Amino acid sequence: MVEGSKVTASARDRILASIGASGNPEQEYQAIERGYESAGTAQKGQKLDLFIERLTDYGAGVYRCTHLEIAATIAERLHARNAQSVAVPHDIPVDWLPQPFEFIRDHASPYPQIECCDGVITGCAVAIADTGTIILDGGSSQGRRALTLLPDYHLCVAFEDQIVETVPEAMHRLAEAMSRPLTLISGPSATADIEMTRIQGVHGPRSMEVVLVSL
Amino acid sequence: MSVRVGAAAESPSFPMAAKAAMEDVQLRQNVRHATGVIRAKRALLVEEKADWQQLRTAASRIKEHTMRYLDRYLVQFEQSCVRAGGKVHWAEDADEANRIITGIIQSHGETEVIKVKTMTSDETQLNTALEAAGITPYETDLADLIVQLGSDHPSHIVVPALHKNRMQIRQIFLDKMHLETLGREPKDLAEAARRYLREKFLRVRVGISGANFAIAENGSVCIVESEGNARMCLTLPKVLISLIGIEKVIPRFRDLEVFLQILARSATGERMSPYSSIWSGVSANDGPSEFHVVLLDNGRTKVLADEAARQTLHCIRCGACLNICPVYRQTGGHAYGSIYSGPIGAILTPQLQSMRHSETLPFASSLCGACYEICPVKINIPEVLVHLRAKVVEQGDSPIVEQLAMRAAAFALAGPRRLAAAQGFARIAQKPFLSEGVLKNLPGMLSGWSSVRDLMTVPEQSFREWWRDRK
Ligand code: SF4
Repeated sequence: MVEGSKVTASARDRILASIGASGNPEQEYQAIERGYESAGTAQKGQKLDLFIERLTDYGAGVYRCTHLEIAATIAERLHARNAQSVAVPHDIPVDWLPQPFEFIRDHASPYPQIECCDGVITGCAVAIADTGTIILDGGSSQGRRALTLLPDYHLCVAFEDQIVETVPEAMHRLAEAMSRPLTLISGPSATADIEMTRIQGVHGPRSMEVVLVSL
Repeated sequence: MSVRVGAAAESPSFPMAAKAAMEDVQLRQNVRHATGVIRAKRALLVEEKADWQQLRTAASRIKEHTMRYLDRYLVQFEQSCVRAGGKVHWAEDADEANRIITGIIQSHGETEVIKVKTMTSDETQLNTALEAAGITPYETDLADLIVQLGSDHPSHIVVPALHKNRMQIRQIFLDKMHLETLGREPKDLAEAARRYLREKFLRVRVGISGANFAIAENGSVCIVESEGNARMCLTLPKVLISLIGIEKVIPRFRDLEVFLQILARSATGERMSPYSSIWSGVSANDGPSEFHVVLLDNGRTKVLADEAARQTLHCIRCGACLNICPVYRQTGGHAYGSIYSGPIGAILTPQLQSMRHSETLPFASSLCGACYEICPVKINIPEVLVHLRAKVVEQGDSPIVEQLAMRAAAFALAGPRRLAAAQGFARIAQKPFLSEGVLKNLPGMLSGWSSVRDLMTVPEQSFREWWRDRK
């Protein structure tokens, strides 16, 4: 029995006892046929174009800039939405943040306080061109999960070298971070539960935008 | 131990319920519309994926492998989850799972829970058990909310309220959310749900979820969703309880690269669902401070023991087989009398319940094979159906004609070559009974079946033939 595990011993034992095959699982696992594409084949430019196309498809605007223009690009986006107070992870780089907005750095702030913000700005860990997916792993400039969930607008800063082409490439990059809280975001929250009509924005942020930074 | 699958035991048999459903014109229209939309979207996205067949094969192999060594992977999952700060409970049947979950909630003195869409909890009828214990469950998935507020039953495994149209939903919301006014557009209805639930997300301290995948390697749980309601329930409460069928375990984190690529494409016709959450145990300063996993058997180990039917457990609940099924599209989900409807329901429910109360379900199919062709994990549903029909026949409570028909079908389906030959024969044999391309009447005792089932005719060119010619 595993220590710390709340076990109804009988249920566990009976369930496990009723299953069981002999063999070499490790060897057999390695032999599983994986004929699907794992590494991407696109050139860098094509890959970025694909990423932008997918996000645009989801209704998520993409704004390209250089490293030096991050703050100015963010300012433009916040002005466009008339956002006043904006939540940010506590470790967000200072040079991303333009004046004169009110930034609320999240140090375990109560949820209602985050909820009141007009938006949230974060970085990301990895992004996938093929599916237009942004992945957060709670690492630097990403904050905890509630931060990118409660405000109605999420502005995500992604660097070109964070973008991979395929899902398998992304999983490979996440290998080290696999046990952290991961959130894969593919466009703004949505539903098609009513007559299969796609409605953007139910509970998560209803708008999402990406600042794509060249190196 | 007693296995229960939702309210299947109290439901009328499939032929009776199907007849009633087919007389409901509105329901049939809603079901046809919804399944048609998803099918079209899915087809486009599968078409663009050049390695679709390779992904299906890999998914099928991973599942096969996991089932073979499920005991080891379950123990590995338990150890990894505990190491990450989670607590693991084991439940042999629905009642035991419900008792464990109720106990956890009561130990915190809580009387409300927010729930993420979980079929497994529908299977155990958790909401009924919670209510009996004085705990109020709030469903947070839009469709589940519609079903819950309308005191209805889910009719599709991915889109549970697809049998309701916007006007019907609007009326439910007006009545149950006590609203004075409400717009008529889907976006107005979604906005109403957002406002209704936001306060609950921020207030309720216990969340309940199921799981799409549970990873043995590191004890992580993965949930795929669209609306953000799952993220709310997984992140904001103090206590999180995930009720997970034992077949949801996959060996490693990297296996997600296969399943995440096939799930959304098959389920909703998207490249990826808007949100996938993956977490392991508890994390300091991020999310719940207490995490419980309840591993549920409820008949699964028995399915596992039947080698010919074991593949039933590979299902990732994408719903593609429902959307393509000519029988489901005629009757909708309720006729199956189980929360698991369509082709997968026709094989899963009877097996979980050891064929009791559901022995007509394996006959709720015309064996056209579309479900097998579309299944992203390659479950050979017709093969399992025939196997189960044979079991029912062995039990001796089906009419003699069907026994004969089943024997013929079992023979035909025993190999693809025989199936091809049988389809060729059927094409000629069916001619006298055709009316407008639909098999309306079968002679003699079989007429009882065809009058309800609106059998799809055997196409001039079978899918197999078409596929072969196309290359
Ligand atoms: S049986 Fe296959 S197609 Fe049907 S829901 Fe399960 S995974 Fe999807």
